[in-house]
Amino acid sequence: MFAPTYLDWNATSPLDPAVREAMLPWLDARFGNASSRHEYGRQARAAIDEARAQVAAAVGAHATEVVFTSGGSEANNLFIKGAAACRKPGLIAVSAIEHPCVREPAKQLARAGWTLREIAVDGAGRIDATDWADVLQARPAIVSAMLANNETGVLQPIDRLAPEASGAGAWFHSDAVQALGKMPLDFRKLGVHGMTLSAHKIGGPLGAGALVLDKRVELAPLIAGGGQERGLRSGTENVAAIIGFGVACELAAARMAAEAKRLADLRGQLEVSLRDLGARIFSGDAERLPNTSFFAIEGIDGETLVGKLDRAGFACASGSACSSANPEPSHTLTAMGVAPDLARNALRVSLGRDTRADDIERFAAGLTRQVKELRQLAAIAV
Amino acid sequence: MLKFPIYLDYSATTPVDPRVAEKMIPWLTEHFGNPASRSHAYGWEAEKAVEDAREEVAALVGADSREIIWTSGATESNNLAIKGAAQFYKGKGKHIITLKTEHKAVLDTVRELERQGFEATYLDVQENGLVDLDALKAAIRPDTIVISVMMVNNEIGVVQPIAEIGELCRDKGIVFHVDAAQATGKVAIDLNTLKVDLMSFSAHKTYGPKGVGALYVRRKPRVRLEAQMHGGGHERGLRSGTLATHQIVGMGEAFRIAREEMQAENERIRMLRDRLMDGFKDMEAVYVNGDIEHRVPHNLNISFAYVEGESLIMAIKDVAVSSGSACTSASLEPSYVLRALGRNDELAHSSIRFTIGRFTTVEEIDYTIDLLRKRIGKLRELSPLWEMVQEGVDLDTVQWAAH
Repeated sequence: MFAPTYLDWNATSPLDPAVREAMLPWLDARFGNASSRHEYGRQARAAIDEARAQVAAAVGAHATEVVFTSGGSEANNLFIKGAAACRKPGLIAVSAIEHPCVREPAKQLARAGWTLREIAVDGAGRIDATDWADVLQARPAIVSAMLANNETGVLQPIDRLAPEASGAGAWFHSDAVQALGKMPLDFRKLGVHGMTLSAHKIGGPLGAGALVLDKRVELAPLIAGGGQERGLRSGTENVAAIIGFGVACELAAARMAAEAKRLADLRGQLEVSLRDLGARIFSGDAERLPNTSFFAIEGIDGETLVGKLDRAGFACASGSACSSANPEPSHTLTAMGVAPDLARNALRVSLGRDTRADDIERFAAGLTRQVKELRQLAAIAV
Repeated sequence: MLKFPIYLDYSATTPVDPRVAEKMIPWLTEHFGNPASRSHAYGWEAEKAVEDAREEVAALVGADSREIIWTSGATESNNLAIKGAAQFYKGKGKHIITLKTEHKAVLDTVRELERQGFEATYLDVQENGLVDLDALKAAIRPDTIVISVMMVNNEIGVVQPIAEIGELCRDKGIVFHVDAAQATGKVAIDLNTLKVDLMSFSAHKTYGPKGVGALYVRRKPRVRLEAQMHGGGHERGLRSGTLATHQIVGMGEAFRIAREEMQAENERIRMLRDRLMDGFKDMEAVYVNGDIEHRVPHNLNISFAYVEGESLIMAIKDVAVSSGSACTSASLEPSYVLRALGRNDELAHSSIRFTIGRFTTVEEIDYTIDLLRKRIGKLRELSPLWEMVQEGVDLDTVQWAAH
């Protein structure tokens, strides 16, 4: 099979072989329902408990604070809607660069008597200090701000924002889906009430995620039924995926320091070439995830470039996968004040475990060639 | 060679069929794309696999693939169907009807809607576990908007008259939801003829993986829902969240196998179930719970009077069975399903659910019969109540001393 070079790790990541090995018995002889009290069930229950401890350990939480869900989207929905159901309608504030699975639930609250406010970001995508102070003045009941943005990789100072929001009476949630495995995460130190994680961004399987939840926060479940996950998430546990998630967390935590440095170096190498092409690197001067580069080249349409790169054997993205059917420019860039014309040129390259220096070299050469061709075409058209 | 413990709890979950696992594994290795990625081949091939699986699920139940919405499982499907329809049609009315014997995923969802201001009727069933259609008709109010009735009961395996209820609902313009988690691969489902608007499916009860299910949402006449999970707008906006390709592929393959093999398989399973039932027929004070005709061949739910179910389960560790559904097995309450049939607490407490499946063998059934007979004999020997019955005492007339 012809395998394009995969440079879209923020969309999803290939399953780590060690994770796959850990999962396979649970798709085979160990098939019990974790709620069954016979040996098949008890075996599954014990394995889920172990995975819960692994996930908790990777993020500095207690195992009983981990609520397994079907993924990051569900965890974000659970916190926002679940918290809203337990509080009197008031103000919900979410950053202007959130993933749709935070923005959309927040919009739903706005239909149910809540006031929705977006927290402005500066040109680098960081929460704007003046607007933040203003939001706190308004005494929000729920605040959600992502730790690391899926497109630019920009980081928010959650360990500072969360206590401030709590002090103002809010329950603070952070979507840490893109941060997990790429930077140190400590639930306690961040001081958040809820934090969303996903398995498939860190070499774990699709179909598993978690909400890490401070027990002082009361949530109404999104999915009612058998009462699994302390009543917060009913439904037969996806044992194999949960086991995979646990192992993936353990591996990610163990490798993170070395891997973060390696990826940052590779990205540095890539961005030298990008600057040579005259690219604007979004959030380039801010603190970012080490693996992500989101950039635009004047006069080169992002969709066109992504298509040409795909045919040349490089899989990358013009933005987040979830909105890749959407022709609108990235809402993250719009919120950062990037002009629509430049935002439409955006291209996201995200690196991961399998990315090597020669992948970056080949990609940089391929990109340079495609950009030259497109520029020549543009020159002819003029 | 028998492998212990013998698994007779197929209604709690089924093993993944090896053919299903084989089909899933490539999607756990080289084909890892996000089906929503539109900019490269990894995404496209994942999207195609998801659409092929959707066709297979639709084919088993006589639906159009555009009517199939992926979810994380039947519990989510039930929540989405009932809350989604109730919230969408709340302008038309606020009354919901369901059965007392439904799965918790339906009952708790309806209870949640009651807290939101809806009203609910939880209908009794007949002694055989089947709904009384006249009682259902009588329960319908002008403001009834949703009726939810399961196709196959998870504890006693009885099959409800879905076709008749469908006619009734269509006549009255009521949205009809059916939890079919226990039905796929066990009874034929044809949504071309059944007047069902919403139907919930699970993969892991039909030899597919855990963590994936589907909701059928009828297009003609069109049924509308309020989404319960918001985000990237996957599944036509009805269910956001990255699709788990390998799981979906597994569900598709599991449903394909079910379509092709269910007829032959069910005959074999019926033979095994009847053999199991015959094995107990000369025993005293043994009662089958639920109608035996209108029932899937996989299920045998029996009460062995004067034997406490939990003690019996402990005494037959070589056989993995349950005394009720897995979801309620942590509680020591007697099964609410058996209580709804009018069984008293003692009989409900002495029940065992045997559920038979694809990998059950004759040897396993024979071993189980033999073991059960021996252990029940032992436990009854220890039971003072059994002794009294043997001596001809009518326990109903005994005045028990309070203590």
